[in-house]
Amino acid sequence: MGIIKVKDLIYEYIRRDEEGNVEGITTAVDDVNLDISQGDFVAILGHNGSGKSTLAKHLNAILYPTEGTVWVDGKDTQKDEYIWEIRQTAGMVFQNPDNQIIGQIVEEDVGFGPENMGVPTKEIWERVDESLKEVGMYEFRHYSPNKLSGGQKQRVSIAGVIAMHPKCIILDEPTAMLDPKGRREVIRAVRALNDVERITVILITHYMEEVIYADRVYVMDKGKITLQGTPREVFSEVERLKELRLDVPQVTELAYELRQDGFPIPKGILTKEELREALDACAGRMSEKARE
Amino acid sequence: MPIIIDKVSYVYEDTGMSVRALDNINLVIPDGQFIGIIGHTGSGKSTLVQHLNGLIKATSGNIYFNGEDIYADDFDRKKLRSKVGLVFQYPEHQLFETDVFTDVCFGPKNLGLSKKEVELRAYQALKLVGLPDEYFYQSPFDLSGGQKRRVAIAGVLAMKPQVLVLDEPTAGLDPKGRDEILDQISKLKRETGMTVILVSHSMDDVARYVDRIIVMNKGSVMYDDVPRQVFRHYAELEKIGLAAPQVTYIMKELQEHGYDVSDDVTTIDEAKEEIERCFTRLAAAGKEKG
Amino acid sequence: MLRDITLGQYYQADSIIHRLDPRVKLGSTILFIISLFVFDGAAAYAVAAVFLAIVIKLSKVPFRFMVKGMKAIAFLLLITVVFNLFLTPGEPLAAVWRLTITKEGLQLSVLLAIRLSFLIIGSSIMTLTTTPNQLTDGLEKMLGPLKKVKVPVHEIAMMMSIALRFIPILMEETDKIMKAQLARCADFESGNIIKKAKSLVPLLVPLFISAFRRANDLAMAMEARCYRGGEHRTKMKPLHYARKDFIAYAVVLCYLAIGVAAGHLQAILPEIMKIA
Repeated sequence: MGIIKVKDLIYEYIRRDEEGNVEGITTAVDDVNLDISQGDFVAILGHNGSGKSTLAKHLNAILYPTEGTVWVDGKDTQKDEYIWEIRQTAGMVFQNPDNQIIGQIVEEDVGFGPENMGVPTKEIWERVDESLKEVGMYEFRHYSPNKLSGGQKQRVSIAGVIAMHPKCIILDEPTAMLDPKGRREVIRAVRALNDVERITVILITHYMEEVIYADRVYVMDKGKITLQGTPREVFSEVERLKELRLDVPQVTELAYELRQDGFPIPKGILTKEELREALDACAGRMSEKARE
Repeated sequence: MPIIIDKVSYVYEDTGMSVRALDNINLVIPDGQFIGIIGHTGSGKSTLVQHLNGLIKATSGNIYFNGEDIYADDFDRKKLRSKVGLVFQYPEHQLFETDVFTDVCFGPKNLGLSKKEVELRAYQALKLVGLPDEYFYQSPFDLSGGQKRRVAIAGVLAMKPQVLVLDEPTAGLDPKGRDEILDQISKLKRETGMTVILVSHSMDDVARYVDRIIVMNKGSVMYDDVPRQVFRHYAELEKIGLAAPQVTYIMKELQEHGYDVSDDVTTIDEAKEEIERCFTRLAAAGKEKG
Repeated sequence: MLRDITLGQYYQADSIIHRLDPRVKLGSTILFIISLFVFDGAAAYAVAAVFLAIVIKLSKVPFRFMVKGMKAIAFLLLITVVFNLFLTPGEPLAAVWRLTITKEGLQLSVLLAIRLSFLIIGSSIMTLTTTPNQLTDGLEKMLGPLKKVKVPVHEIAMMMSIALRFIPILMEETDKIMKAQLARCADFESGNIIKKAKSLVPLLVPLFISAFRRANDLAMAMEARCYRGGEHRTKMKPLHYARKDFIAYAVVLCYLAIGVAAGHLQAILPEIMKIA
């Protein structure tokens, strides 16, 4: 069993009108199965309302399944006695950078998690310094969060989670409110964590260019997982992605369009270099034909 | 109603330091243009657009709306705000009424129009943003993110502005919501012919729609030209934290490897045509040789 | 305008004042405020001024910061001074229209102006040199004994700390919503008081909604980071009195003594002179 295992997960919530009468039931997550191995970089894609954030909140015992089971590091999230261990094992970074920083000084915020866990003072300092260095925010440790850019705030939030020494970190649309520069900063920090520290990363996003580096991609729609595979496999399904109104990297889309027009280009092109090589092959074949 | 921005600078104090947010800006915004203002956070783009409707007063320089100095004592600045409609970032956060329709009425009501006129304008505005009728009497807080944003835009449109300025209208939306809003704005532009100014940090979004791009950096205008000319400076753009659309880079990569393609391409369709043209030439050349 | 309020803002610097235990700073500020009310006579206030000047110098916070904090309440200060200047009965000095300035009034208003500005500067030194977190930590520890009588001291301290963290964010938000409504031609200024109150609805409703949304998000983020109240918690920056803290207390007590003595001396000086 991997670090995170989700079996037949269903989550329903009851909608009520103003008087509190039941209006209906919405199934936010519908029969989802996941098995994520330690050290993987997993991306979950989907629209707002596709259930991806609801799913994420199950992995950290903020929400509990209506049906099915979620195990984090082998522990069932529905068992109360595990709740703090699970939250420490699977740290979570949220979307809005302003609404998750508790401390008024960067280092104090990063220390918040370890303080809650009862880590001795000396070790808190070691963890804070080390985590801030990992996300490249060490020189800002005495700053007020209000003086930081969005990307820097999100990196502080990530440091706050790493300081709890999790095995797994779940990022729920961490870049949705950032500008392109902030987005790059955050993704770079996340990739470094995965590459260097081998922390399992679960990245929830709707930006396609962020999932290219993932080991595995899951696409959610209406509470279900509709597509899954390596980024190349998922991006081969250009029509399906367009149907879901999700973005496709421009190079993938260009390759797809050319393929539609008869160019013999393989599916799932992810970088401009790949496209150029594919075109080289086309040109090569053409000149061969001409020679014949 | 053209807007002329003449030597505008804006300086403010922050923890004892004076910050020059805008530095000698000179721009002419003629009627009916679709303009994109691009810059990263802190480049001064939001500050600039707040000058257009008089919410921020320039430290030095002048702004003329339809030939009138907006800082003149007898100038009606409230009227200016209705003529230059400004939709802020995350505009759904300004909604406050119990139902969508009443909220949209807020702007025209402040103009002191008759009840009938107010409601007519609100109705037209909601139609312009493409919100289906069944949502008109719902609480704005029950709508989806994209729908709320449409309501907020309608709230500004209901004042019948001649210039519509949208500050990061796609921030925080998913690709579907983003495309829907941008398509709607572009449709609205075509239908009403008003001047639209789109403020964004995403080149990809803007390139597809606008006919003029103004790039802001450190409070100054860095480039002001048609998109394809602006994207030629992609190396400089990259230095200031912006980037040209990915297709520009693809074409560059092809050029570097001996393909005879032009790099002033901004959309996928243009890129496709350019590559196909190149291959047709290759094929023709091959035949001649053969 | 909202940006000008420096009260409750922290100024980053490395000074002896910054390094003092927050409890010392809290206690000393209280003692200083008390001193302003027990002191008597110009000599005593001169002592207070010198003490304040030394502390400001030591704190390495530029003086203009404190003046900025003053600006926000300059109006309040002015009203107090004017009221006392004109409305204190006593020996008349000058008359303007129907109002008379009395000797007592002049003395009282000068005294009040000094007291109030010293008070504000004194407390802003504390807030400028202490992070709100340290301040709440200090408060939590000082009020610690109240836990025995079931006062939720930790929770109160945490609430204060969060409130302080969100004040600048909510101020910025107010500014933004206000501008957004102004862009829809809202009028926050004209009309009578009822109309003015009504015109605040488009500002307050979105502000409250935003505050609730933020509170909800924050609660979730805190829970995700294993927050479960004050129990089992350790401190990243635990408070321990060091030698410098005891010295600081001693200095403050000396200041009090000198101030009181100076006031006394000034009062009995004429008699001493007579005897001499």
